[in-house]
Amino acid sequence: MSELTRMTAAELAAKIQAKEVSAVEVTQAHLDRIADVDPAVHAFLHVSTDSALAQARAVDEDVAAGNQPASPLAGVPLALKDVVTMQGAPTTVGSRMLEGWEPPYDATITTRMLEAGIVILGKTNMDEFAMGSSTENSAYGPTHNPWDLDRIPGGSGGGSSAALASFEAALAIGTDTGGSIRQPGAVTGTVGVKPTYGGVSRYGLVAFSSSLDQAGPCARTVMDAALLHEVIGGHDPLDATSINEPVPPVVQAVREGAIGDLRGVKIGVVKEFSGEGYDPGVMVSFNEAVEQLRVLGAEIVEISCPHFKYALSAYYLIAPSECSSNLARFDAMRYGIRVGDNGERSAEEVMSLTREAGFGAEVKRRIMIGTYALSSGYYDAYYGSAQKVRTLIKRDFDAAYEKVDVLVSPTTPTTAFPIGERADNPMAMYLADLCTIPASMAGHPAMSVPSKLSGIDGLPVGLQIMAPALQETRMYRVAAAYEVARNESDGGPLISRVPELEVAR
Amino acid sequence: MKRNPPGVRGVPTISRDEVAHLARLARLAVTEQELDKFAGQLDIILQSVAQVTEVAAEDVPPTSHAVPLTNVFRDDVVRPGLTQQQALSGAPAAEDGRFRVPRILGEEQ
Repeated sequence: MSELTRMTAAELAAKIQAKEVSAVEVTQAHLDRIADVDPAVHAFLHVSTDSALAQARAVDEDVAAGNQPASPLAGVPLALKDVVTMQGAPTTVGSRMLEGWEPPYDATITTRMLEAGIVILGKTNMDEFAMGSSTENSAYGPTHNPWDLDRIPGGSGGGSSAALASFEAALAIGTDTGGSIRQPGAVTGTVGVKPTYGGVSRYGLVAFSSSLDQAGPCARTVMDAALLHEVIGGHDPLDATSINEPVPPVVQAVREGAIGDLRGVKIGVVKEFSGEGYDPGVMVSFNEAVEQLRVLGAEIVEISCPHFKYALSAYYLIAPSECSSNLARFDAMRYGIRVGDNGERSAEEVMSLTREAGFGAEVKRRIMIGTYALSSGYYDAYYGSAQKVRTLIKRDFDAAYEKVDVLVSPTTPTTAFPIGERADNPMAMYLADLCTIPASMAGHPAMSVPSKLSGIDGLPVGLQIMAPALQETRMYRVAAAYEVARNESDGGPLISRVPELEVAR
Repeated sequence: MKRNPPGVRGVPTISRDEVAHLARLARLAVTEQELDKFAGQLDIILQSVAQVTEVAAEDVPPTSHAVPLTNVFRDDVVRPGLTQQQALSGAPAAEDGRFRVPRILGEEQ
């Protein structure tokens, strides 16, 4: 494996600017790596070889001309989740419904990344329409966890997390509705950040649950995530829910955090996120992480958030309700596949046959749950109650943040589970989002950073750090301090322990 | 009509017929086998998520959005949109520069 694929995004960008290596060489090294290991990992649904090399050449021309770099990430290769539109490549959202669909426009974050000189390698696999926690719901087959190819890489953004953990890309984009950035990060030993709702534009993202969906950066280090966060973040007039405020200075926060001094920082441990259902190996890793934060000088406080236990239920009413509405647009008329149009059948019949053929089981389940929860007679009891729970969760957070600066918990209750284990048990699958959903419901930023491997199965565990709305700097600072201390005490970054993958050729 | 979600565990929340009705509402031509499977799964999910009613007291206001939203306006000026060709590029069928769709009206209409 080329050493170029093991480097951080920050290192690669610096080497490209110093002319120690060209952006084309860096991109080619990653394309070669994809050719070598992706037959086994299946992180990518589409590889954009030509456009990636063209983007890299443009960066090299900039460097040769002595121009200022377009951004601190110019020339760094990135894996883009297939829910984000990019012209010249299909956007399938992991669904048969959009098989082969080429969007006629770029998402705002795609535009921002290309303007920043980031090289987009291709589109990554995901649970269909981002509904799932394992990437098994993709219509194009599951992605495999580089730590153990028989296990799931998390979901819905399992393609992006697996691309990072298998050194196919230095950066990735994920989207997080209930945990789809953070949980894949946790189970692959990578970093995943869900920004404040509205902090990153949703324009050009295929919508799942509009009041929860949020794109964010994925990387192998906290600094790389922060650098990408600053590229994609910020106000976008094309997204009416975009926050019209400056991007929080997260890169500066990482620099401050990396000094390794958390004196004066109050960290709350969420009491409700432990006990039954939590792997002992996850809890040992989590408790060690909390101890490390204490050693760094932070004051650790136990915090009770009594309504968090209702968050999962409320989420699985609100998200399906919004999805049943959003996915009504797939009507076989304007884009996507069409099935059964024999000249006899009506538009409505064709629509029903197309949706039956185009959507997978989990998408159908959620559409029907949402249709039920929104229907007359049930609305108050289900959707209405779920919205009230959302208020109660926000109140729990408000009370907590009067006492502490950030909250921490395990990112997800277990390590990566075997492919197939929960495929036919939707409720068991939903439990993977138990700890990530509250921050989603409140619109707060939250991130997962690798803690130590589970002592039981030797698989990665994630530490979740949550912060109040627009207070990303707090969580990045804590994450950076923890990362430095963790790596020192563990003999290097966790990701350096990922087993060597067999090469296909 | 206001109905309370059943609180008694073990009593089906949703019948196979109701699932068939939902599938029709959602324009999903589900198969008989899918109905059997979904009816059981949806029942388990709905029984589980019904616990939201335990804490949803009358005096708790609903939150529909994480961050308070107000209307967002832009200046009423022309800006570039998709060309006709772009708009039709992903259509399953197009004819004469338009989306071609199956017949809209049924026999009885």
